Amino acid sequence: MTSTTNESIHQDKLLEVKDLKISFKTDEGIVTAVDGVNFSVKRGQTLGIVGESGSGKSVSTWSIMRLLPKNSIIQKGSSIQFRRKDEKVVNITNLRPTSRELREIRGGEVALIFQEPMSSFSPVYTIGNQIMEAVLQHRNVSKNEAQEIAIDMLDRVGISNPRQRFRQFPFELSGGMRQRAMIAVALSMNPSLLIADEPTTSLDVTIQAQILKLMRDLQQDLGMAIIFITHNLGVIAQVADEVEVMYLGKILERGTAKEIIHQPQHPYTQALLRAIPQLDHIGERLTAISGDIPSPLSRPAGCPFHTRCEKVMPGICDVEMPSPTQLTDTQIVYCFLHEERDV
Amino acid sequence: MSDILLQIEGLKVHFPIRNTRLLGGVTKYVKAVDGVSFYIEKGETLGLVGESGSGKTTVGRAILRAIDLTEGHISFRINDQMLDLAQLTEKEMRAHRQHMQLIFQDPYSSLNPRMTVRDIIAEPLVAQQLATGKNVDERVRSAAAHCKLNVEYLRRFPHAFSGGQRQRIGIARALVSHPQFIVCDESVSALDVSIQAEILNLLMDLQSEFGFTYLFIAHDLSVVAHISKRVAVMYLGQFVELAPTEELFHAPKHPYTEALLSAIPEVNPDMEMNPVQLKGEIPSPINPPSGCRFHTRCPYVQDMCKTKMPTWQEIKKGHFVACHFADTLTLKGVNMPVAVTASD
Repeated sequence: MTSTTNESIHQDKLLEVKDLKISFKTDEGIVTAVDGVNFSVKRGQTLGIVGESGSGKSVSTWSIMRLLPKNSIIQKGSSIQFRRKDEKVVNITNLRPTSRELREIRGGEVALIFQEPMSSFSPVYTIGNQIMEAVLQHRNVSKNEAQEIAIDMLDRVGISNPRQRFRQFPFELSGGMRQRAMIAVALSMNPSLLIADEPTTSLDVTIQAQILKLMRDLQQDLGMAIIFITHNLGVIAQVADEVEVMYLGKILERGTAKEIIHQPQHPYTQALLRAIPQLDHIGERLTAISGDIPSPLSRPAGCPFHTRCEKVMPGICDVEMPSPTQLTDTQIVYCFLHEERDV
Repeated sequence: MSDILLQIEGLKVHFPIRNTRLLGGVTKYVKAVDGVSFYIEKGETLGLVGESGSGKTTVGRAILRAIDLTEGHISFRINDQMLDLAQLTEKEMRAHRQHMQLIFQDPYSSLNPRMTVRDIIAEPLVAQQLATGKNVDERVRSAAAHCKLNVEYLRRFPHAFSGGQRQRIGIARALVSHPQFIVCDESVSALDVSIQAEILNLLMDLQSEFGFTYLFIAHDLSVVAHISKRVAVMYLGQFVELAPTEELFHAPKHPYTEALLSAIPEVNPDMEMNPVQLKGEIPSPINPPSGCRFHTRCPYVQDMCKTKMPTWQEIKKGHFVACHFADTLTLKGVNMPVAVTASD
């Protein structure tokens, strides 16, 4: 197989992931972190991925850049098709992690920002230096031009005195500033897809609100698509066009943000929404989800949520994984409650 | 008010910054907590919110005398007598430690990996010599049962447990000495959403069963609103507002509270977030701004705010605020739930 296939994906789509299966070789055995996941991202839109720890939300998206640890295996049959800037569609699973093409895509066309802005910068280089590094890597410009691009980027993400900040080290910036600077690094190459992995989780609410607004504004200006990973349903409701709910390596439900929040159909999504304290229900008792998230080492058979689901149907849910049921044009649920079965 | 369990007056905690030069003395102080006064009633939950660096954790630790305070009084009701903990020596303090406990944020680093669950839970009893022999086991088992921990878990080590179970162990350790007052410092922040609800319910159940009084410190306003009877908002070492929960969220009187509330992302895609944009960042507590500490970022700032420090006043029964213009400003809270407006 060649790395550039002509299997075309739909014109609107920037990314199409099919049957993605990722495992890790560990001392305790093979752990499957992502188990047969399908999703796609439309140009210029935001896909929100919600999930708790161990849901595979980070692993499934980091694989788009092939930034997985050495002990990971992307199983055969997985496909990650990405539309490059020249409209050519490539299957990223077929590229070598060190190949030239992947290095162009990584950073140049798909960018990543993550939760901890302190550990994602090198402490020994200035902020400006680290933005310039990205620019020089991907664009054929002189150092002076790169510096101007970097300063312009810092200005765009709302950092005051960009010329002065350019010369500062990461420890001299506050958490919110560092997150802005990281967005500046990510966007300096004008990527068509930005993966934001819990970008606001460690920030205070007021700063979080600023960063969310900034990302929305930049998305409008630059027209990039965003995959926004978070466990916070409030944040998802504010940023995402489409939402996908993950649990233990599987997608359980997908739909528009409105569908997922207002008419959730999977028992897990419903339970999750009941479990968060909401301001218009102050003082009401929360409905907790019983039990713990199972360890990925001993994944339950069948639907991964059946061990905690209050609507579990013994003999069905614990045997096989339900297939997708299309509820509306946009909403899909993986649950036997919605599947028409001839038993 | 005879039900007051804890009365804090003029609490100040300043951390010295030592000069790095040889023989260099102390030249500056980080004013982490700078003049805070409030009370907590018996059996209630007081929520404490604020951004990182506002000093909320320091308030909690200072009340427990886990760190030294610079100034102020901490009156704690013990056997119907108000006792000023700030005046006690370390040794005298030990006798009273059983009445107050702390539940930590991180269930991973707050449990000693080399101790069994039983030893972890028993530690307050052993350290304070509250029980011996079989008595210890009995109390450990009872505390574990109240936190819905299986008895057979007691022989295991913490690494075998998930985050939610570890937090239960931490809670069992806190309640084994039968305290009256518990400081919950971001106790559910590190947990997954589905687990967090369970721990919040557990804390509330234990409160109604044992009559615990909580100081609940968190940065997540929805969580604080859910568990607290009253909520205090802290900014740069000082309280800016304290009011009954519903009142604070629906009718805030301080511009900072308004800004905080407006930044909560609502779980509703139809409602667009429109946060009050605060200028700049939280200033350094080494050199706090003159006058009202919030004046550098306040959207309603007037000349007076820059020079004169607002007083901490009770503008309505139980509603305290520190703002010169608390009476004149009309501020926006979170949307009123329909039920409340209808019954008014």
